[in-house]
Amino acid sequence: MSTSTPTNAPAQVLRPDRKKNRLGYNILALVTAVIMAFPVYWLVVSSLRPNHEIRSYDQTLWPSSLTFDNFARAVKQDNFATAIQSSLIVSVTAVVGGMIIATLAALAIGRFRFFGRKALMMVMILVQMLPPTAMLIPIYLQLNALGGIDEYWGLIVVYLVSTLPFATIMIRGFVINIPVELEESAMVDGCTRMGAFRRVIFPLLAPGLAAASIFSLVNAWNEYLFAYILINDNSKYTLNVWLMTFTTERGTDYGALMAASTLISIPVVIFFMIIQGKMATGLTSGAVKG
Amino acid sequence: MTAADTQAAGPPVPVPDAPEKTGKSPSTQDAAGPRPKKRRTKGELLPYLLILPAILAIAAVYVYPLAKTVIMSFQDLGRAALWGNAEAEWVGFEQFTVILGDADFWWVVVRTIVFMTVCVVLTMGLGLLIALMMLRLSTWVRLTLTVALVAAWSMPLMVAASVFRWLSDSDYGLINTLLADITGNEDKWLGHNWFLDPVQGFGIIMVLVVWGAIPFVVITLYAALTQVPKELEEAAALDGASAFGVYRFVTWPVIKPVFIMVATLSVIWDFNVFGQIWLLRGNKPEPEYETLGLYSFSKAFESTSFSQGSAIALITVLLLSGVAVYYLRQLIKTGEVE
Repeated sequence: MSTSTPTNAPAQVLRPDRKKNRLGYNILALVTAVIMAFPVYWLVVSSLRPNHEIRSYDQTLWPSSLTFDNFARAVKQDNFATAIQSSLIVSVTAVVGGMIIATLAALAIGRFRFFGRKALMMVMILVQMLPPTAMLIPIYLQLNALGGIDEYWGLIVVYLVSTLPFATIMIRGFVINIPVELEESAMVDGCTRMGAFRRVIFPLLAPGLAAASIFSLVNAWNEYLFAYILINDNSKYTLNVWLMTFTTERGTDYGALMAASTLISIPVVIFFMIIQGKMATGLTSGAVKG
Repeated sequence: MTAADTQAAGPPVPVPDAPEKTGKSPSTQDAAGPRPKKRRTKGELLPYLLILPAILAIAAVYVYPLAKTVIMSFQDLGRAALWGNAEAEWVGFEQFTVILGDADFWWVVVRTIVFMTVCVVLTMGLGLLIALMMLRLSTWVRLTLTVALVAAWSMPLMVAASVFRWLSDSDYGLINTLLADITGNEDKWLGHNWFLDPVQGFGIIMVLVVWGAIPFVVITLYAALTQVPKELEEAAALDGASAFGVYRFVTWPVIKPVFIMVATLSVIWDFNVFGQIWLLRGNKPEPEYETLGLYSFSKAFESTSFSQGSAIALITVLLLSGVAVYYLRQLIKTGEVE
């Protein structure tokens, strides 16, 4: 600022203008942030509100007092424990199985040139675009014929495969960034192919696996349509389907529904906090290296 | 997977493929050259063994059902055939002629396309504006906005739908209370049912869909925008280009591939919106709230005409296949599939 040579003049003219602009953008951005976060705020606040405020014709933005009654009602709702169990069994199995299959396929695509490799990748990208409702009817009929309705395995297979293409393509990005020489030198030093994989490749793949598995977990945890159609047994409902039990003929228990929704979101939020960091490293290491 | 579930899902990660070309071929030749033949055949089989589980799984959940959908849409599959008591009858194109001759179906198609178009335009437009805005913020404001976006993004679809149903509830909803307070017209807004008129109802559903999709779009586009070289923008500005000119000729070419990819995904997701409508209508969507996905679903599972449901699903796939081919071409251009 102190030096005022002629060349600096235009910059000086620009500066206050820019600052004013930035203030405007900042205010606009804060408004956007409030709008985006509002439903989340409303969820949490409603779940902590006393029931008479929930069923009030005059809604207020701030609660007058906080209570855990809604949570108590939500937890006492039938099948809460079994719904957690179902969601956990289905999600975890689908993710673990999916990661194993995706890693094998990613190694093949990333490490070998074989006939049909390109076609496989195209199929993987294309199948992700098929509408799930198109798959729903034949999958339902087929599982019905195989006795897979009301069984976890049907849901597990569907969830596993629905994230498989994405997971494979993501892990492949990590595979091709690991130099083949690393693997070869381990084998020269006396490792078997499996040994080389376990000691050298696997640790380097770990961040990619973490990101892909959290992505799959969120997907399985949030899925609704297939869970609703393939599972009819109340005691095997997943959490998302269980949420519907708060709506009865006589109306909706919004307080308990909000409390239950909050409980269901907590694991997703935690996974998301992890995914943010991992995903960022995953994406940049895939895109920048090489 | 489903339109909305995949909101948490990203597009395939674009990854350059240089190393495998340079690093691979010579080394495999080295390894294969001096070794006995047996070893080489084993090496050639290995990739196929590795992809076998993936191929089987994809075939079971995607390829086989899709083929089955095609077959079923040419049959008449009712309850009896479903339980194995009767053979499904071949009816040729009858399912298609019935559906295509049904005025209801065409209303559903128009509704789906209009809804999808409005949602995608709003999502991409607002998403791009917010992403561009993020470049011009103080650090702490950008951080605040990112946290808000991630919070919205991490909310499970079904949970978000519950919240929006509660917000738009006719008796206990915040929207009605706020509108009554702001306009002072209590008679009009208190107890107002947003879903009596499908245009208003779809308005609420649209807000939910756009709100849920914006975080993914903004974060992806913002990542792309940070790749735009600052020097180029500054040079263009010094050369006298207007703000729009800089955007048009410097910024846009860099973010275009990402923008098109996200827009294409949005088209597919919004075309197949299911859960949002399903839950906002309390598990029983009225006919005037049916989009193609729900229409196919209700034909199959409520009218138990699985063949009609399949035919509708197949028509949906055909309608979207143009978008799918376009998307694939973009990916080939950017080098995702080599």
